[in-house]
Amino acid sequence: MKHAGKRWPSRRRHLLSAALIRLGTSLLVLWGAVTVSFSALLLTPGSVEDALIGTSNVSPLVRQQIVADYGLDRPLIAQYGSYIGNVLTGDLGHSYKLHQSVTSAVGTQLGDSVELALGGMALALVASVALALFTAHRARWLRGLSSGVELIGISIPTFWVGILLLTFFSFQLGWFPSTADSGPASLVLPSVAVAVPLTALLTQVMREGLELALDEPFVLTARARGMSDFGVRLRHALRHALLPVATLTGLMLGSLIGAMVVIEQVFNRQGIGRLVLTAVKEKDLPVVMGVVLLSALIYVVVSTVLDLLYRVIDPRLRGAQ
Amino acid sequence: MPSATVRARIRPGLWASVLFIALIVLAALFPGLLTSGSPADTNIVATLSPPGGEHLLGTDANGRDILTRIIYGARPSLLTGLGATALGVVSGTLLGLLASLGGRVADEIVMRLGDMVLSLPSLLLALLILSVIGPGAVGTLYAIAIYTIPVYARLVRVQTMVIRRSLYVEAARSLGLSGPRIVARHILPNAFAPILVLATIEVGTAIVAVSSLSFLGFAAQPPAPEWGAMLAGGKDYFGIAWWVAVFPGLAITLTVLSITVTGRWLQRRVEGRAA
Repeated sequence: MKHAGKRWPSRRRHLLSAALIRLGTSLLVLWGAVTVSFSALLLTPGSVEDALIGTSNVSPLVRQQIVADYGLDRPLIAQYGSYIGNVLTGDLGHSYKLHQSVTSAVGTQLGDSVELALGGMALALVASVALALFTAHRARWLRGLSSGVELIGISIPTFWVGILLLTFFSFQLGWFPSTADSGPASLVLPSVAVAVPLTALLTQVMREGLELALDEPFVLTARARGMSDFGVRLRHALRHALLPVATLTGLMLGSLIGAMVVIEQVFNRQGIGRLVLTAVKEKDLPVVMGVVLLSALIYVVVSTVLDLLYRVIDPRLRGAQ
Repeated sequence: MPSATVRARIRPGLWASVLFIALIVLAALFPGLLTSGSPADTNIVATLSPPGGEHLLGTDANGRDILTRIIYGARPSLLTGLGATALGVVSGTLLGLLASLGGRVADEIVMRLGDMVLSLPSLLLALLILSVIGPGAVGTLYAIAIYTIPVYARLVRVQTMVIRRSLYVEAARSLGLSGPRIVARHILPNAFAPILVLATIEVGTAIVAVSSLSFLGFAAQPPAPEWGAMLAGGKDYFGIAWWVAVFPGLAITLTVLSITVTGRWLQRRVEGRAA
């Protein structure tokens, strides 16, 4: 406390420079994603106007008009410049196939995916906290069983989890609807499928954190005060175990778009994953790029927020570079 | 004490895993040894017949024997998994060496490019690549490998930075050995163990990625006896024939699980030696 007045400015400077470095890296990642997207557009076999025209037969005059309309006759650097300019103003271009802008196509599909992602994430967090609290520092067979199940959860392909859930709980037992438009009940199985690999990974990390925390002296102090075992786990140890979990959860949020592609296909749901999958199959590159940019943006926002939040949550990190 | 308990606990699982990997490798090399049928043989009178009897794991909607198709499916899965991993290891190692030995600018460029790649979900990145170079075996290989390149590059970079400061590298340098020779004879062999461990585990991840892409309709297409493609082809029959949904997925999961168990055992051994 004596040095608090002296150390505060340097601490704030650290926080500021850390934030600036993060911002720089983030901008770089976003710029990279934009550039990769633009190069993808150029590298794709077949010209852009062919993709726009599709299979219909058009006269050379119309073709020329399309080329001029989309500015495809301009030099590459000018096209790149206007692409970046458009992205900066939130204009991600126009879908080749959907007759709407990429922004509105992504916008209309986002809701369903966010619903599923949040459902899966919430389920995974609750399940892994419960599992970790229950198994940390317990009998060897219980931990062995749990880590065996976690290993399976990590190895098992997400789409197969979805297929199994659908086959048994929907087709065979009829407990849940197999279609996506039957209210909240139709969200249960897809959420479970999303949650399985996340739960397995989170439980591993959380249990390791819990076991480390349970060996700390403050746990002994709490026990000496007569606190119950469950109380010690929940009130003292869990808070320490949650720090790495926060990072992992953030990183998982970014990777969930990948899970969405698979799960939405298995369960025949609408959403971002289905949108991007269809776009890839139909060579609708502006839409693919739009989703790639969205995903990079999610990553950048989540990791920046986490990085700054981390320093707030954990006082030990405030002086760190 | 910890090492003894760890060893006693994992042995049975480890042996089962090694055995299963051996079986899968055998199926990939000589599928004819394990089954007399052909993956394309159809049996019109026995479509969707349940497991047991003549068809141990049942038949699919075209009356094809599922066990035979799973055995023949080992080759594409293993080949793509190993191929993608090899591509990732080689490119990643070269880039990692470039980053750690090529000066500050090279280091920054390689590492920031890696950050960009890793900021995207791997499946999305694979789809982006497939949409550019088009579906097919080669496209799939690149699509899966690209995400692992920065991972290996980072690992090699860190390893190299530690090793190049070690006494034996200093000794080699003072003996007058050339830079490339030191890299080839001293740095790479010492960085090799952790790379190998990571690569082992990554083969499993790559196999899941291949089967996911096949399931989504890229990589292998349905008539091919590929595990992911078998699940995609059987999609309409899951309600009436659970075995169509279960066994190909079980093959993927058991393969990946065995590889992960073996990889983690290797990891513990290597880390134990380093500690």
